[in-house]
Amino acid sequence: MSLLAPGTEIDGFAIGECVHSGGMARIYRVTYAQADRATPFPLAMKVPRMAGGDGAESIVSFEVEHQMLQVLHGENVPRFVAAGDLARMPYLVMEYLDARPLQVWLDEAAASRTSIDSAAIAQLGAAVATAAHSLHVQDCVHLDLKPANVLIRPDGRAVLVDFGLAWHAHYPDLLAEETRLPVGSAPWMAPEQVVGMRGDPRSDVFAIGVLLYELATGELPFGDPQTRGGLRQRLWMQPVPPRAIAPRTPAWLQEVILRCLEPEAAKRYPSAAQLAFDLANPQQVIITARGERIARESIGTRLKRWIKAAGLSYEPSPLPSAQVGESPIVMVCVPSKDATDSTLYSLRAATARSLGIRPGARLACVTVVSIGAIDHLVPGRGETDVHRMQLDGLRSWAHGIDLDGRGVSYHVIESGDVAAALLQYARSNAVDLMVLGAATHGLMWQRLVATVPMRVAMEAPCSVLLVKQGLPFELLGRGEDDNAA
Amino acid sequence: MTMKLALLADVHANLQALEACIADARSRGATQFAFLGDLVGYGADPSAVVDAVMAMAQQGAWVVKGNHDEAALSPPQRPTGEGADLASPAWTHAQLSALQRDFLASLPLVHREDNILLVHASAHEPAGWTYVTRPQEAAQSLDEARRRGAAIVFGGHVHEQRLFYVGAVGKLMPFDPAPGVAVPVPSHREWLATVGSVGQPRDGDPRAMYAIYDSGEQRLTFVRVPYDHAAAAAAIVRAGLPSHNAERLARGR
Repeated sequence: MSLLAPGTEIDGFAIGECVHSGGMARIYRVTYAQADRATPFPLAMKVPRMAGGDGAESIVSFEVEHQMLQVLHGENVPRFVAAGDLARMPYLVMEYLDARPLQVWLDEAAASRTSIDSAAIAQLGAAVATAAHSLHVQDCVHLDLKPANVLIRPDGRAVLVDFGLAWHAHYPDLLAEETRLPVGSAPWMAPEQVVGMRGDPRSDVFAIGVLLYELATGELPFGDPQTRGGLRQRLWMQPVPPRAIAPRTPAWLQEVILRCLEPEAAKRYPSAAQLAFDLANPQQVIITARGERIARESIGTRLKRWIKAAGLSYEPSPLPSAQVGESPIVMVCVPSKDATDSTLYSLRAATARSLGIRPGARLACVTVVSIGAIDHLVPGRGETDVHRMQLDGLRSWAHGIDLDGRGVSYHVIESGDVAAALLQYARSNAVDLMVLGAATHGLMWQRLVATVPMRVAMEAPCSVLLVKQGLPFELLGRGEDDNAA
Repeated sequence: MTMKLALLADVHANLQALEACIADARSRGATQFAFLGDLVGYGADPSAVVDAVMAMAQQGAWVVKGNHDEAALSPPQRPTGEGADLASPAWTHAQLSALQRDFLASLPLVHREDNILLVHASAHEPAGWTYVTRPQEAAQSLDEARRRGAAIVFGGHVHEQRLFYVGAVGKLMPFDPAPGVAVPVPSHREWLATVGSVGQPRDGDPRAMYAIYDSGEQRLTFVRVPYDHAAAAAAIVRAGLPSHNAERLARGR
């Protein structure tokens, strides 16, 4: 398809300027040709090139993208408007986004020979991970996340584009084949994609790890291999630690990046939401040797990994929504004051039970202190004092919970509106379950004033577990056997 | 002319399931019905089911013959008894009137409508009643359909809902659909779907199965419909048919 002249009319759309000319397709601004018909939002038309004999492959990915755009929803994908008949005039009309590709950040850093601030990297990464998670819960995996396919809106939210290689559990995978050849873009492709496995949400987590690595170091962790053997290196090779290239990379960021880049999917973040969580809470990242390393691996370590990779078999991917559903973020809201021991006990028991049935869960313990609790003039009530005291309180409260390797973090939020603060936290961290006390002492006022649990339950973006005081305080002294029931 | 085509296979004399599926299809705006064989066998109401389908055929529904329909026309000469489904064809034969048997006898093995081919089992040697469960059998059936000028094959016989499509290197790939999702089946590709069984689901889910194809939108939706399987089971017991046939309906096995 040659370049369309502005003013050309296609199926009721008037072609505007060509805003992007890529290898596979061109993108034009379009409007409705009908003069009095306004567009509800700015529109873009994507037209595949399909030049010569190599048209077949690009037309399949065009078909895949059409399939995906029709069914995906939410703020992290462009809204779908129309599609042309594949046989006659293939095109896709979708929302035109006033957003910058992630590539721009890389280009600017390279041009100015500066590095991107780690807080900015975390913010970008969290936005991408949140966007990827929104696909995964819809049972879709993008499988081609790269700097050119991630757009950042002016407000910082990410929009993912180019679904030509995407996979969706509800639709036949038109790109699947028995021979299991790798499908994707070489630098960002996850090891399981290299061996032809499609559909694992943790493949997107890997690609985001490559993006973060690029943002932190300006380099690609595995280069841009052109051969199958070169691609297979990532099945066993660990990349050079970012801190060896960019020494100012904080250990927490390297920890996050290298966890995303683990060859085995099971060793990465179990969900993109958990990755976003760590990027949004850097001070809570538990730094292991992985985060501290500044040297390349020794030959011996590489050899061991190579041998291990030779014996690795890749299991068929779990259903994306099931995979991320088994790895929820559980948020427990612990009262900052006036809580009885039995309330705290019941809350802890309920939290432990909620985690017990979810091996991949991570726990966020949150407490809200009122602004009035802080008084800089009173010794011991300054901001840091109050925060430290509350954090200690949270830690000792959580001490009795058997975490069994699950991640846990502690957060003190300062706000005059407890319910609003909890809801905001749950929304911005993609929390799957909120656990909070039912606060029965406020019952008599509930008709007049919405209590915190009521407001949370009504407005929560996820499920809410309201915990009643299961065990009267006086029974606690009677020993473990009695409590078992 | 676009249509919403309801595809019902393997009703197996289950009147309750048939009625539930027809009602569901009508509520989804079905404009055309197709019955993909095995109206009878296993279930307690062959006569009522055949009557219902005969009435719909008179109004334009397409019907093809299945192996159980054939068996009921000329049941094997075996003694009836406690066993087995071998008793069933003879029992069914006795339940049907001459008119109903004539209707079954008149049914074609395949029916083509534009680019769509309807068959009970496989379009390749349809009287051989091949089970289409793997890509090889699907390819044989599609090859024959292509010779007959069709690109989409709808069949039953296997009691499972599955869609075969052409993958990246031209080989057929199986796909297990999610109920209720409209899967795009654009006409520039070839497709083969087994639509599942109305009257005798065997995948552990007791809900009746059928599919609906929207030729305008070029989408195929595999549907599961809850129905009164207890009533269907009770009718089987009342008719004196093997109790196994009744019990399996609640389990969907």
